Amino acid sequence: MCLGVPGKVIHIRGEGEIRMGTVDFGGIRREACLAYIPEVDVGDYVVVHVGFAISKVDEEEAARSYALLAEMGNLENVDLPQDPEGVRDFAPEGRAVPPSEAGA
Amino acid sequence: MRFVDEYRDGAIARRLLDEIRGMVTRDWTIMEVCGGQTHTLVRSGIDELLPPQIRLVHGPGCPVCVTPLALIDEAIAIAKRPDCILTSFGDMLRVPGSSEDLHMARAAGGDVRVVYSPLDAVEVARRNPDRTVVFFAVGFETTAPANATAVKVAHDTGVENFALLVAHVLVPPAMMAILVSPGNRVQGFLAPGHVCAVQGWTEYEPIARDFGTPIVVTGFEPIDLLEGIRMVVAQLEEGRAEVENQYVRAVTREGNVPARQVVAEVFEVCDRAWRGIGVIEKSGFRLTEAYRHHDAEVRFPREGAPASESEECIAGEVLRGRARPQDCPAFGELCTPEHPLGAPMVSNEGACAAYFLAGRRRAEVAG
Repeated sequence: MCLGVPGKVIHIRGEGEIRMGTVDFGGIRREACLAYIPEVDVGDYVVVHVGFAISKVDEEEAARSYALLAEMGNLENVDLPQDPEGVRDFAPEGRAVPPSEAGA
Repeated sequence: MRFVDEYRDGAIARRLLDEIRGMVTRDWTIMEVCGGQTHTLVRSGIDELLPPQIRLVHGPGCPVCVTPLALIDEAIAIAKRPDCILTSFGDMLRVPGSSEDLHMARAAGGDVRVVYSPLDAVEVARRNPDRTVVFFAVGFETTAPANATAVKVAHDTGVENFALLVAHVLVPPAMMAILVSPGNRVQGFLAPGHVCAVQGWTEYEPIARDFGTPIVVTGFEPIDLLEGIRMVVAQLEEGRAEVENQYVRAVTREGNVPARQVVAEVFEVCDRAWRGIGVIEKSGFRLTEAYRHHDAEVRFPREGAPASESEECIAGEVLRGRARPQDCPAFGELCTPEHPLGAPMVSNEGACAAYFLAGRRRAEVAG
């Protein structure tokens, strides 16, 4: 149920009873309520849940924390080219697109 | 997709697994509360790749699973009324009630419509002024702002024929109920990232402190979950019990303040029954007095026979982390996603469905 999908805000409409916008999820576009992210701008990424943006993605924090992780991954590539136990492929499966409905 | 694909990187996953293996010195039991996290863990095989000392147990964070049978029966009764339209997220339609589910109610002529957002249900109400449109408001804190907004919009724009059947539940009271339950084995939690995106994590701080239980706010991709597990294990090994945030790209300590404000205006905390668990004090929401006339339970008082559960299903034990899905005698045989006996086999975040869909059938598990 608490599935939230990150997407890029490509259009904001201020008129009407509630602030809405269009969010792009890897090519799929949907309307979302932006009322709870007053600072959001076109080009920002938001996490959308049941048609509501609940959080703005903090790109600086994301870059900073991911750099630490990526550094670890690269080190591991150099030192341990093969994991003998084999890690399953974490390929996207179903989660990369927004839900057709809210269940998840 | 940005902020998704990079959190599925195999090299980083291997490195995190190595770090976890390197720091574990004894057995630890960790619960991921959220059903969405359960599915990622099981589907990506993380639970099987962790060192044997780390036992993951799956929590009650599947709102579809914990919505009480009596409310499912109530939704079915409303769906069958000719003067009503029942709107719902798609997950709820196959959840078994006492004798049928919402799909069967629809097949029998009930007007049941699946919506993507609760605002869509308000629109259905606008277009059908002669009927009462009830939205089945199931969910945790993540969904509360959306449902609160739908009621507020209906209220503010005079859509009087819109009502909510409220089945809202809250994560922290459930975590505390698990920690105080006899035979509890949970020593650390992955807290649900999107619940905390709305609520922040201040309400988890007294739980970590009072119960001596590490809590790490965690995201939903495989790398997020591995990092969250590493952070919990580090706390357990070092003897710390704090709230930490793995999901820094989406969660702040205060959460989403404007969203919390509308929730506080529309909902108030109440006792709630959890399917398979029982009543937990102050563990859910109901509409506040100002919005109570939009409450479907007020408009349509409950009638009929008391709810009755399947005798074989052990969903309550699974939801409390005391049993695994394959411990159930009905798992994969009498109970499948096509013919579920219990809600955890229905929802795409229920633990039983996660195990079934990942191919963890009884025979394979036993072998």
